[in-house]
Amino acid sequence: MREPDAVFWTFVFPIILAAGLGLAFRQRGPDRAHVGVIAEHSSPLTESLSGDSSIIVQSLGDSAGALALRTGKVALLVMPTAKPDSVRYVYDPARSDAVTARLLVDRALQAGAGRTNPVRTTDSFVTEAGSRYIDFLVPGLLGMNLMGASIWGLGFAIVTARSKKLLKRLMATPMSRAQYLLSFLISRLVFLVFEVITLLGFGHYVFGVPLRGSLITLALIAIVSAVSFGGLGLLTASRAKTIEAAQGIMNFVMMPMWILSGVFFSAANFPDAIQPVIRLLPLTAVNDALRANMLEGASLAAVSPQLLIIAAWGVLTFFAALKLFRWR
Amino acid sequence: MVTSPALRVNGLRKAYGDVVAVAGLDFEVGSGECFGLLGPNGAGKTTTLEICEGLLAADSGTVEVLGRTWDSAPDELRELLGIQLQETQLSEKLTVDETLTLFQSFYRNARSLSEVIDVVELGEKRSARVGALSGGQKQRLAVACALVGNPQILFLDEPTTGLDPQSRRQMWDLVSQFQADGKTIVLTTHYMEEAERLCDRVAIVDHGRVIAEGTPNALIDAVDLTHLPPPEPRKTHATLEDVFVSLTGRTLRDE
Repeated sequence: MREPDAVFWTFVFPIILAAGLGLAFRQRGPDRAHVGVIAEHSSPLTESLSGDSSIIVQSLGDSAGALALRTGKVALLVMPTAKPDSVRYVYDPARSDAVTARLLVDRALQAGAGRTNPVRTTDSFVTEAGSRYIDFLVPGLLGMNLMGASIWGLGFAIVTARSKKLLKRLMATPMSRAQYLLSFLISRLVFLVFEVITLLGFGHYVFGVPLRGSLITLALIAIVSAVSFGGLGLLTASRAKTIEAAQGIMNFVMMPMWILSGVFFSAANFPDAIQPVIRLLPLTAVNDALRANMLEGASLAAVSPQLLIIAAWGVLTFFAALKLFRWR
Repeated sequence: MVTSPALRVNGLRKAYGDVVAVAGLDFEVGSGECFGLLGPNGAGKTTTLEICEGLLAADSGTVEVLGRTWDSAPDELRELLGIQLQETQLSEKLTVDETLTLFQSFYRNARSLSEVIDVVELGEKRSARVGALSGGQKQRLAVACALVGNPQILFLDEPTTGLDPQSRRQMWDLVSQFQADGKTIVLTTHYMEEAERLCDRVAIVDHGRVIAEGTPNALIDAVDLTHLPPPEPRKTHATLEDVFVSLTGRTLRDE
C-alpha cells in the first residue's frame, strides 16, 4: 500500500479496461445493413429497399458509391443494369456484413417483385448472458492480470533488490534463500485475493458476467495460475541486473501470450498449424480454464488438463529459476 | 601476537577476467583488534572483504574466520558475522523498525531492537521510512543491521565515506563501543585520520597486495620525511596520510 502507482495498475487499470471494452462492445439492437444504391435520385429500387427495417439505404453517385464501399461506409452497392428488372451486387465476399447485406437486399427485392415464401417460418429471440463479448473478455482480463501481477510483482521486486545490492546484503545473513523466494510467492497470493475479487466482482455486478462454475474451483485455478506465473516471474528475474533489462525480458515473455493466448479475441482465430503451441502456453491454459469454469460451469475434472499444463509450467520455471538464479 | 586470530588470510587471489583484483594477499587480525585496510580506489579492498564475508569465492588462497572456513561452516559463520556493504540501499518503503525486525529475524542469537537502536542513536527515527533518512542516519541503520545479529566480528566497508564530520564521529564512537566489548572489527577507509584514530593496526593495500602493515604509529615513524614528494618535506612530523601518499604515489586512481 506504500506504492500508490502499483495499486492503480493492479486494481484500477483492469477495471477501466473492462469497463471501456464492455461499453464499446455492449449489446446493441440487431445490426442493420448499410447499402448504397447507384442512382441519381430516389428510384423504385431505393423505395422498395427502404421499406425493409433491417436495411439502411442511401442513393449515391458512381464515384461516391465506390468510395463509400471502399471505406466501409456501405457494405454493399446495388447497381441497376441496362436490362430492366435486373441488378448487380458489388461487395467483398470476405466481409460477413457484406454477405448478410446481400442476402437481406436480395430478399427484399425478390419479395417486392412478388416472390412468395412457400415455407412459413417464425423467429423467437434469445439474449443469453455468457455469450456476449464482455463475458468472453472478463476471464481473459483476469488471466492477463494474474500473469502480469505475478511476473511484474516478483520480477521488479527481485531485480530492484539485486540492483540495489540488497540481495547481496541479505546473502551475508543466515537468511534461508528458499524462504526468501517463497515469501514473494506468499505475498502474491495475499494480493491475489483482492485482485480477483475486485475484477470478478466488477464484471459480475456491473456487466452481469456469469459465474456458473464452482467458486472453489475458480479460486483453485487462480491460485495455481498465480503460483505458476510466479515461477515464470522468478525465471525472468533470475539473471537480470538492471530494471531495464528485466523489463525487456518480461515483455519478451508476456507479449506473445497477450496476443496468442486469447485475452481479447479467441485463440482459435490463429492457423491450425500453431494451435498445438498456443494450447501449451500457460496463459492459454489459464484463460481456457477460467472461461470453462465461469461461462460453461465446467467441473474441476473438466479443467484438469489445463490445470496440469499450468502446474507443469510452474514446476519447470521454478526449478529453472533456482538453477539460474544470481544472488549477487 | 594473539594466539587464535579472528581472521587469517593467506595467499588470497581473485581475478575478474583479465583484471587481477587481489594478487596474493596475506594478513591476520587478532581477536578484539580493530584492523584497517587502506588503499587507493581499485586496490582490491572491497574484493578482499567480500571474500572474507563469504560473498565471493577466491580463485586461490585460504580465509579462516573465527577458526572456521566458508567451505566447512557457512551457516555458522553467517550467524557470527555482522557486515555493512558499501553500496547496499535498504528498502526505502520500510521503516527503521521494520528493517531491523527483518534483519533480526534472520539470526538465532539476535539482540533486542531497542538496544541496537540506542547504540546507533536512531531512537527518534524508529517509525520513519528509510527513504526519509539522511545519509548519516542511513549509514547508522546499515551498521545497526550488522549489529542486530550480535556478531563476533564486524566488517565495515568504507563506513564513513560521504558523511559529514558529526556523522563520522558518531560512527567512530559506534566502532569504539563495539571494540570495547572485546569484539573484532575489520574496516576499509580512505580517511587516514579515521584509520589513525580507530585502528590498532592497518595494512596498506595496492594492486591487490599488502605493501605495508603495522600500527599507525610504527608506520608513521618509518616514513623518511625527506623523501616525501613536495610540498610535504617542510613538515616537522609525518601523519598516516604521508605514509599513504609516499607508498602509493600521488597519481589519481579511477575506479
